[in-house]
Amino acid sequence: MPSPEQWTHPEPGEGPAAQAAQPSREQVIAGLRNTDAGGAEVTQLLTPEGERIASPQFDRYISDVDPEALRGLYRDMVLVRRADREANAMQRQGQLGIWVPLLGQEAAQVGSGRALKPQDMAFPSYREHGVAYTRGVDFKELLGIFRCTDHGGWDFQAHGFHPYTIVIGNQVLNAAGYAMGQKFEGKVGDDDGEATIVYFGDGATSQGDVHEGFVWAAVYDAPLVFFCQNNQWAISEPTERQSRLPLYQRARGYGFPGIRVDGNDVLACLAVTRWALEECRHGNGPVLIEAFTYRMDAHTTTDDPTRYRLSDELEVWKHKDPIERVRVHLARSGFADQAWFDQIQAEADAFAADLREFCFNMPEPPPERVFANVYAEPSPVLDAQRDEYLSYLAGFVEAGER
Amino acid sequence: MAAPVKSPVDGAVPAMQKLTIGKALNLGLRAAMEADDKVIVLGEDVGKLGGVFRITDGLQKDFGEQRVLDTPLAESGIIGTAVGLAVRGFRPVCEIQFEGFIFPGFDQISSQLAKLHYRTQGKVKVPVVVRVPFGGGIGAVEHHSESPESLFAHIPGLKVVSCSNPADAYWMIQQAIDCDDPVLFFEPKRLYHNGQLKSEVDTTTPPGPLFASRVVRQGTDCTLVAYGPSVKVCLDAAEAAAEEGRSLEVIDLRTISPLDLAPVFESVRRTGRLVAVSEASSESSITSEIAARVQQECFYSLEAPVLRATGFDTPYPPSKLEEHFLPDLDRVLHTVDRAMGW
Repeated sequence: MPSPEQWTHPEPGEGPAAQAAQPSREQVIAGLRNTDAGGAEVTQLLTPEGERIASPQFDRYISDVDPEALRGLYRDMVLVRRADREANAMQRQGQLGIWVPLLGQEAAQVGSGRALKPQDMAFPSYREHGVAYTRGVDFKELLGIFRCTDHGGWDFQAHGFHPYTIVIGNQVLNAAGYAMGQKFEGKVGDDDGEATIVYFGDGATSQGDVHEGFVWAAVYDAPLVFFCQNNQWAISEPTERQSRLPLYQRARGYGFPGIRVDGNDVLACLAVTRWALEECRHGNGPVLIEAFTYRMDAHTTTDDPTRYRLSDELEVWKHKDPIERVRVHLARSGFADQAWFDQIQAEADAFAADLREFCFNMPEPPPERVFANVYAEPSPVLDAQRDEYLSYLAGFVEAGER
Repeated sequence: MAAPVKSPVDGAVPAMQKLTIGKALNLGLRAAMEADDKVIVLGEDVGKLGGVFRITDGLQKDFGEQRVLDTPLAESGIIGTAVGLAVRGFRPVCEIQFEGFIFPGFDQISSQLAKLHYRTQGKVKVPVVVRVPFGGGIGAVEHHSESPESLFAHIPGLKVVSCSNPADAYWMIQQAIDCDDPVLFFEPKRLYHNGQLKSEVDTTTPPGPLFASRVVRQGTDCTLVAYGPSVKVCLDAAEAAAEEGRSLEVIDLRTISPLDLAPVFESVRRTGRLVAVSEASSESSITSEIAARVQQECFYSLEAPVLRATGFDTPYPPSKLEEHFLPDLDRVLHTVDRAMGW
């Protein structure tokens, strides 16, 4: 690893972000060109052209990734993207109230998610469908949130995947507390130790809760990996509106390592996250990872990115597609042929069709669910409200039957 | 739900002893920590200092820095990490130094603490207690004397309680910690070290369940209902009224959410009159809710409208003026006079 100084020392000439109220078109383009795929400091193991780059620091973290494992990562990303596109389409058809697309962030999510061990806990924001998939949460279980039939009721302990959090940055503090608990219980210190990873975006880094999460994790040495997916845009606000420095460099201010990884490189995301988790498992956490990536679609299906960003930008990032580079690498290395790619695509199509069928047939929750689980202990007041309302509804049924 | 009843360890908690509310809370916390090693205390200055009111005095010395955490200075951090610790299986007891500082933590309380159980269809429990010294009368500067409890009572998923005497302080804190739901525990700071309230506390048997109101003085002419610091004001008012031949019933609400109004309805049906007392501003407050529910349930029993003696709808004033803001014995009696004269 580079020294801590290199982790976080600003490059000469790296100036403050735009001072104007709104970034100009030129500033956006300049920012894009300057950062490109994350600048010189980004950790990359597989180029956009599909070439494997040797890394003295990180190769050992993916020494087990043989051709079969690499095909597995490719398959993960293809399935996740296909399901994401299906859900996006279903929203457009009115079957989902809203969808939060992850297009373009498959490598960041699958790479980091596959780095986790069963004993680890992940705290997502609301776009981490790919991480959910790697934690064994059925993609169908996510759909209820967006079809608005529930708020997300998967078994978080069985999957090591906390419920989604919609308020920006809240989950970072919750994850810090959880990781403190792992430490207090003595679950860190060796290869079998536990760690927590928390996901948030570049916009969230402006939230007080994220700052406080950094402080808490640092002063209690919590085994927590902060995984920031910098997808360049917080709805319509660019990263320049959040920070004067590359986000990973903030870690130095809190006293722990920060590292920027190519968020479109699944191998780099896997390797760097494994390294960070290992640091945490051994009691050397926390660590901040900035996955430098790009949101290829809207923030949500209610958003219109053409109002605030340039098509040039999108075109540049298309060349860095996280799936294509693995595909090229597999093909060039002879690890997969066209028949295999076709087979994966067919599997993805079936995955999506299954998702669609499930979505269309999803039952609406019964009205009593309004009142269920507000409290862990019985609530006579709510029970009475529920009974009265159900009785009221029953009156309508009787009238209809007459 | 009854709190865990445990035998005092080596005389740490004698079966009966005279305690102030502050000392009772301290011993209650100690008993809860002894009963369950998942109970941890966190907040600003709760460790070596024992809290600015010394409620956590000596706990860090006896339970260590991993169970009594002197935290960084940030309320969202205290609540937010407590949520995560609770998800992990701990039972965190947060101390907010003064009620006026709780608002940076309001987001975590309302967005996460109150809703996680509902959101996950009961799969995530967050048994967090947030201790909040509240109310005025201590001659403090701004933000140190407020009564924001109704803001929390309005949030589904939270439970809100307040104690007014040493026995309740000792037991209610343990019962709140034992509760699987998040509890906002409002402590009447001006009564913490009030020697007049010092009384015998039976540390072997809880006086009753946590979420239940209680008649603390019986009377026949008019009912007073209050919670926290205002209970003493009402009891003093009832004492003074008795000297003039008027009989006032006093009910200590104890639980603010869920409101236990059954004893209030029962009392109003006998006395025909109700005065609700609290330091909080009156608009959209607990006393508003009491007035609404009592007129709904006891309409034919009421001889007068439900009246209220409360703080005014102003920010808490500079404390040289707080005697005008806080409903005192005279203002309570004046309100009773209005009810009686209807």
